[in-house]
Amino acid sequence: MEAAALYVATMLTLAGIYAALAVGLNLQWGLTGLMNFGGLGFVAVGAYTSAILTAGESAQHLGGFGWPWWAAWPLAAAAGALLALPIGAISLRLRADYLAIATLGVAEILRLAVRNEDWLTGGPLGVPGIPRPFEAFGQPWGQLAYLALVAAMVAALFALAQATAHSPFGRTLRAIRDDEEAAKAAGKNPAAFRLQAFVLGAACMGLAGAMLAHFFKFMGPDALDPVTTTFLVWVMLIAGGSGNNFGAVLGAVAVWAVWAATDWLAAQLPGELATRAAYVRLFLIGLALQLILLYRPQGLIGERPPRPPA
Amino acid sequence: MLEFVNFYLIPGLVLGAIYAIAAAGLSLVYGVMRFANFAHGDLMTWGAYAALVAVTGLGISPWAALPVAVAATVPVAWAVDAAFYARLRRAAPAVLLISSFGAALMMRAVVYFVFGPTPWTYARGVTPPLMLGAVRIQQRHLLILAGAALAALALHLLLARTRAGRAMRAMADEPDLARVTGVPVRGVIRLTWAVAAALAAIAGVFLAIDTELTPLLGFHVLLAAFAAAILGGIGRPWGAALGGLVLGLAEELATYPFIAGAPLLEPAYKTGVAFAVLVLALIFRPRGLFGGIG
Repeated sequence: MEAAALYVATMLTLAGIYAALAVGLNLQWGLTGLMNFGGLGFVAVGAYTSAILTAGESAQHLGGFGWPWWAAWPLAAAAGALLALPIGAISLRLRADYLAIATLGVAEILRLAVRNEDWLTGGPLGVPGIPRPFEAFGQPWGQLAYLALVAAMVAALFALAQATAHSPFGRTLRAIRDDEEAAKAAGKNPAAFRLQAFVLGAACMGLAGAMLAHFFKFMGPDALDPVTTTFLVWVMLIAGGSGNNFGAVLGAVAVWAVWAATDWLAAQLPGELATRAAYVRLFLIGLALQLILLYRPQGLIGERPPRPPA
Repeated sequence: MLEFVNFYLIPGLVLGAIYAIAAAGLSLVYGVMRFANFAHGDLMTWGAYAALVAVTGLGISPWAALPVAVAATVPVAWAVDAAFYARLRRAAPAVLLISSFGAALMMRAVVYFVFGPTPWTYARGVTPPLMLGAVRIQQRHLLILAGAALAALALHLLLARTRAGRAMRAMADEPDLARVTGVPVRGVIRLTWAVAAALAAIAGVFLAIDTELTPLLGFHVLLAAFAAAILGGIGRPWGAALGGLVLGLAEELATYPFIAGAPLLEPAYKTGVAFAVLVLALIFRPRGLFGGIG
């Protein structure tokens, strides 16, 4: 019974972290039309920032600051935003696909840096011993409390994202996405608005990274995989409905459920087959994305822009 | 000095030649179809593994397997285009880009499924390097340079001297004008994919000859190919090829101890050069050295 509760709590916690990522990407792509293919980079800076600030003293990496999680998480979000600022400033004034290429580059460079800067990140050994909030409660209550914390964070991000989407700021973002010339004619500066949306989304991703690091209690280069940290989030957002925050969260939960269920199914297969099943799943997730783009581009629940007041 | 030539300049030229062919194909697709094809790296991987099948199955050398690699990669590019890209052509370019990301994963998954994640090589054993005076060059390096030069020449002749090549350039320069003047758009797109996939396959095989085959072989140089294409002016295959050469040289030379015996850049960060070049190009020459399409 307790094992089942822990398993469900683990799955829900990860679904919540993915929901935070999807909400962040929705701010960037859904609302503003910015292609960020480097989610991993923003997750990584958030995760490592919080890991280093909270983990104990170690000769293996920079550390020993002993910050509490609630002080470190805002800085993790700030780190994500800070990384986004120069990238956005350079590439957002150019054509849309340059942002996709630049963010892909950032993710790759950060993967290199994380692996090679031993003094900072512990290199391939990573940062172990990241405290998980509420661990003192014992099992399973500690983990349930952490789930509640993640859920509260996601709820807060969701509320902020909803407020953003319905604010004049959010309307401007959609206007820029749909018709840049018209937005310009209305006196808006597209580059500045795009940059703000990009930075906000990156902050969400940084926070999600911190939540991930504290959940794993460990952060290392192998914990971050482009497929699960960047690509899966895209599938979630597009499946759920980009432009719609409800869609982002729904997509995150639904796609994560499928992903986790197929993971479990594959693990039941004997040895070699289990490895191969993982590749079949990779193929199918790529195919699923294609089919959604072709047959249901608006996702499960499409964008519903707020109606103008009558 | 000799050390510089043998261990930095020649490897830099070889890497640059590989980047050049990869980036030329990428830029060609961008020019004709106006989207950044994130599956280009995985087309390279596909070609490299197709050659591996021929090498192990028929016992031929990887050089002789080049036609096999090309023949196996072109239909994949056509199939992906027919199944996905062609139906999204009216959607925003961003959607095509996301679709290409999905296609990349699908191709990679097939390679993983069939060949597994462990690296392969085409040949065992070592061939002694050729000595030209004191200059030492690996035979495979000489062949890669020659092969890349031939591929570039073929591409140039196609684009400059043939009717089909002219149609491709017309589509890149003025897509609407090309359409109304009766350029057969579908045919040009098919030909573009064939040329780009062939170039990708060749680049993939060359890269695998120089290093080893892994399912991420091509994906790992995708960023470099994009950087080269943007440096050369996106949509301009010749610019991309030159950009690739510059980038390959820059990557190898960046680790040379020009000052005080320490490498300018830790070799682990070689890949970072591509990113640095990309960022510098985006800041100072966003249209590339040779003025890419608008």
